[in-house]
Amino acid sequence: MSVQKLKYILQIADNALIMGHRLSEWCGHGPILEQDIALTNIALDHLGQARSLYQYAAEQFNELPRAEQEKVFTSPALQAIIAGGQPIDEDDMAYLRDGWDFYNVLLVEQANKDWAYTAARSLYYDTFNYHFYTGLQNSNDETLAAIAEKSLKEVTYHMRWSSEWVIRLGDGTAESHKRMQEAASYLWQYTGELCTMVETDKAMYKAGTGVNLDELKTKWATAIGKVLDEATLAQPEEGWMQQGGKEGRHTEHLGYILAEMQYMQRTYPNMEW
Amino acid sequence: MSQQETEHKSEWPLWEVFIRSKAGLDHKHVGSLHAADAQMAIENARDVYTRRMEGVSIWVVESKYLHTSDPDESASMYEPANDKIYRHPTFYNLPDELKHM
Amino acid sequence: MTVHSFEENFEEKLEKDIAIEPRDWMPDTYRKTLIRQISQHAHSEIVGMLPEGNWITRAPSLRRKAVLLAKVQDEAGHGLYLYSAAETLGISRDELYDQLHSGKAKYSSIFNYPTLTWADMGAIGWLVDGAAIMNQVPLCRTSYGPYARAMVRVCKEESFHQRQGFEIMLTLSKGTAVQKKMAQDALNRWWWPSIMMFGPPDDNSPHTEQSMHWKIKRFTNDELRQKFIDVTVEQAKILGLSVPDADLKWNEARGHYDYGKIDWDEFWNVVKGNGPCNKERLETRRKAWEGGEWVREAAAAYSEKRKQRSRQEAA
Ligand SMILES: [Fe+2]
Ligand SMILES: [Fe+2]
Ligand SMILES: [Fe+2]
Repeated sequence: MSVQKLKYILQIADNALIMGHRLSEWCGHGPILEQDIALTNIALDHLGQARSLYQYAAEQFNELPRAEQEKVFTSPALQAIIAGGQPIDEDDMAYLRDGWDFYNVLLVEQANKDWAYTAARSLYYDTFNYHFYTGLQNSNDETLAAIAEKSLKEVTYHMRWSSEWVIRLGDGTAESHKRMQEAASYLWQYTGELCTMVETDKAMYKAGTGVNLDELKTKWATAIGKVLDEATLAQPEEGWMQQGGKEGRHTEHLGYILAEMQYMQRTYPNMEW
Repeated sequence: MSQQETEHKSEWPLWEVFIRSKAGLDHKHVGSLHAADAQMAIENARDVYTRRMEGVSIWVVESKYLHTSDPDESASMYEPANDKIYRHPTFYNLPDELKHM
Repeated sequence: MTVHSFEENFEEKLEKDIAIEPRDWMPDTYRKTLIRQISQHAHSEIVGMLPEGNWITRAPSLRRKAVLLAKVQDEAGHGLYLYSAAETLGISRDELYDQLHSGKAKYSSIFNYPTLTWADMGAIGWLVDGAAIMNQVPLCRTSYGPYARAMVRVCKEESFHQRQGFEIMLTLSKGTAVQKKMAQDALNRWWWPSIMMFGPPDDNSPHTEQSMHWKIKRFTNDELRQKFIDVTVEQAKILGLSVPDADLKWNEARGHYDYGKIDWDEFWNVVKGNGPCNKERLETRRKAWEGGEWVREAAAAYSEKRKQRSRQEAA
């Protein structure tokens, strides 16, 4: 077990958690009841995936030698648990890590804004996820492979949901077309990071555990191109891509997400809920 | 066209949902929902009426195409999705002395 | 058949507990009363998503978060089942929404109270869903078929709601001092609004008699309230929490708990719109609906385009 692998698991888990968090913000506020329910199902899927992955990450973490453990996460709250010699669990992973120890891509933390932004963000992410989990099924890590296999069924459904909405809005009314185009173009700057190999990705791919993101690039772009085309949307212009999430450098959004999400655990430490 | 339909042009049509929960059984009416088109109606039906339980077969028909004779129907059954166990009451750890819950 | 015999036929069905179905003849007042009752219930489910929805992003553990999210989603489902039942009576969901958003329609006033701490998720599940279940279980046998079937579905899901709420309360009451304080504080704030959920006392409940005859109400407000109090007080004992009613005591002769005076003045004020969150809740619902209009229009327009395209292809 390596710290590298731990970070890899966390990358996947953090994507799922933060994406689920954003989608869950729609619950009770959707444009129509049926879609409120549909989107919450998707949020629940992401949350479920995050939990399996955090449980696995915690297991991995607890097996590390103490000296290594102390170096991985710097938050005082986690340091205190490690100093006490206790094992950590899924909730410690989600609620006690600081922002710089979160490795999700910048895309998933972007605000919901409206149904078009939500659909575009989902389309970009779900399409990546679909190909990513397809590859991860072949991981030499059996747990990851099993999680990938289970998640893939859900992700296939997510991708269908987001593709259909992007098409509907793009090819719907003049207003929806305009909004959809704006969302697709704005969020484009956060898509470059999806298939960029950072150190963790490279090491895990080399070890036979991770997915070759270079291979995903064209698959992702082709799939997205098709959907945008059917949606009568213009392909966003290639330009500067925002990076850093996978290495813990985030947009301003993550701080607010964590402040809200972690508030209970941070305010009332060491309690059962 | 009724008055309501002209007032709310964007109101999605109503669909009746029929679900076959197991192979060999009949499709059963489980309720209705609104959707913009048939495909969305099927997907919404999975989300609303099965919480996406797998292996079920779904029929949807726009309510306006349904002709009714005998309205007598039996109460519809509902099975929650099998992997969302927190939807089952027995998922919760409660003391034995607790009654009426 | 003459109108007279239609009416006799209807009464006979009521008598024999044969469900009234959408195409059956029914008195106009029966239809109107049902629309009002079912849509009020539906609105309550939808507005009821908001106070708990507040805490989804702040839930203190991942398990609690998943449960709460699923629970609030269920309430959306309940709203949907009930709106569908109302629609069988010849009114559209859009019209029902208009009634809600314009303030013409009512919903359960309990949802106009704020959720201030995590313990409120426990108190709501335990007390509010608990009271709702007590109200709703008899409605599974209500005379109108689509309503009864919707209620069967609703009640199956409600049981998990109450249990998860009680479990939250139990965990808190077995926890640290501040957690116990949280639980007691939540019970203090939610107790009275919960017992008001059963509605005004029987001598002040205008529709009860007719509704009982029509079997769209099967017990009176006071009967259900008493039953709820009897059951819930025992449950509070398990939690080691005290019910905030100094006059609460077991009455051996009645075989029930006696309870203190309910502040009906507060109740009617909250019903009238003066509760702590009335305006905010309605505003939130309105914003979601109006903000979603362009989305609904787009989907309708797209579906229309697609139909036309496939017609052209066929031609
Ligand atoms: Fe409900
Ligand atoms: Fe309810
Ligand atoms: Fe409920």
